[in-house]
Amino acid sequence: MDVKFINPFLEGTIEVLTTMAFVKPRPGKPYLKKNNLAKGDVSGIIGITGTIKGSLALSFSAGSILKIVSNMLGEEMTSINGDIRDAVGEITNMVSGAARKKIEAMGYSLSASLPTVVSGKEHSIMHVLGGPSVVIPFEMDEGAFVVDVCMGDPQ
Amino acid sequence: MDVKKIKILVVDDFATMRKVIRNLLKQSGFENVVEAEDGVLALKELKSTKIDFVISDWNMPNMTGIELLRAVRADSELSAMPFLMVTAESLKENVVEAVKAGVNDYIVKPFTHEVLGEKIDKIMKSIK
Repeated sequence: MDVKFINPFLEGTIEVLTTMAFVKPRPGKPYLKKNNLAKGDVSGIIGITGTIKGSLALSFSAGSILKIVSNMLGEEMTSINGDIRDAVGEITNMVSGAARKKIEAMGYSLSASLPTVVSGKEHSIMHVLGGPSVVIPFEMDEGAFVVDVCMGDPQ
Repeated sequence: MDVKKIKILVVDDFATMRKVIRNLLKQSGFENVVEAEDGVLALKELKSTKIDFVISDWNMPNMTGIELLRAVRADSELSAMPFLMVTAESLKENVVEAVKAGVNDYIVKPFTHEVLGEKIDKIMKSIK
């Protein structure tokens, strides 16, 4: 996967979370992931098609997503429920949209599927291309989350 | 009429997103908000209640945002309804399609309450 596709997802994630949830997550160093185990307690995944095929997953720890959704909705969230899963789908959709806009500015044409949300300890994330994927870790005071991207070569 | 008192219909299939928009509207001073989860239910609401402004998502099952917009513009009683479209992406084709269908403005997610409030104020001023 071309490294130039990493930044759009990193920037897109920060853009969405600062705008909609008023949090400023701190990105760590991206690394390569070879298995398909999710890092968090709840994950959203979305397929990307067009001149580049692939998929994007966001996997949140309970602490991070409860803070994010509490801020988004303006009400205190205490457990991973339907509202949280809905919000994870919507955040995944928005991050994919923000990242695609940046990749399209490089001259590619992309579209996305509808997001799927999975929750529970040690669930798996199946990327459209199978993997390996690049993981961008993020830290917040309330917990960590990762952006897990697997993009193929442009066609 | 005080623009902050207008009755706004928020149309989105995700309950969470409706809450998010409601929360952003509240921060901009708009508290008179009703919701619908798709275009079909939105049309029913529009015909049965006095609504002053529609904020609709693009991607929805049953009846999409653009289909709702076309139905509103084709209805003699609703045709002048201020309509703000919400999309997750700023695809040129989508924007052109929405403008052709008569949208007043569109807003790309993610957005702040300031941007949302400004768009509503601008549309309300333009239709006076």
